[in-house]
Amino acid sequence: MNTHDDESMKQLLREALPAVEDNPEPARDLWPAVLKRMDERPPMPPWFDWALLGGLVGLAAFFPSAIPVLLYYL
Amino acid sequence: MATGAQASLDEQQSQEHLLAFRHGDVDAFEVLFRLHQRAVYGWILRMVRNPATAEDLTAETFWRIYQAHARFDPARGFEGWARRIATHAALDWMRSRKSERALTSELSFDPAARPVEDPAVAAEVRLKTAAAFRKLPPKLRIAAVLAVVEQQPHKEIADALGISVAAVKLRVFRALRLLRKDLERQGIRP
Repeated sequence: MNTHDDESMKQLLREALPAVEDNPEPARDLWPAVLKRMDERPPMPPWFDWALLGGLVGLAAFFPSAIPVLLYYL
Repeated sequence: MATGAQASLDEQQSQEHLLAFRHGDVDAFEVLFRLHQRAVYGWILRMVRNPATAEDLTAETFWRIYQAHARFDPARGFEGWARRIATHAALDWMRSRKSERALTSELSFDPAARPVEDPAVAAEVRLKTAAAFRKLPPKLRIAAVLAVVEQQPHKEIADALGISVAAVKLRVFRALRLLRKDLERQGIRP
């Protein structure tokens, strides 16, 4: 794809998807929606934290001798 | 002199709000929300191109921001951090099936809005271009829409996506190449 092709592709994309106007504003106050989420959804540990915990428990179960090492690094 | 003193006072208050927010203060969080709500909404709207979805994702972004308050570093500023969280919220939304429904948004093109030589053909080409664009992987789509359509600085896009400027350029290049291939398969030569 040369520079001319690149520019014509960009131009076509701009025509297909017009740019958003400057400084758009939400149609409503979103603060109540934020507060609602804060009330409804308690913080969930990410899946990675659960996977890490599972891995550590598995390690401790299969290799009990690793427990002192784990405790040392906690 | 008075202006300088006022600016200094504003700066001090702003720092106090950032520090209070870092400790989980909801009032300080509301002040930051009021200050940055519009900018975050605008950034999200540029990516998802649907006002109702952008409003929903703005609320989601600020919820995520509050959840992450303890990890906030006041020295690095709030705006860039918020934009990064907003970008990830938009990416998550695009990856979900929800994005498929909102793609026929009011922000997609209006064929009658632009004078062209052959309106029927041009309208079809634009429709197919928009449809092909929606099939791109979300991370390519976001880079391309922000860089090409919205013409945002590459540095800002890079910071928001957590990648280098070179990586942004590469994503835009890949997006355009995939788009061109898709259109050519449909018999359209851009």
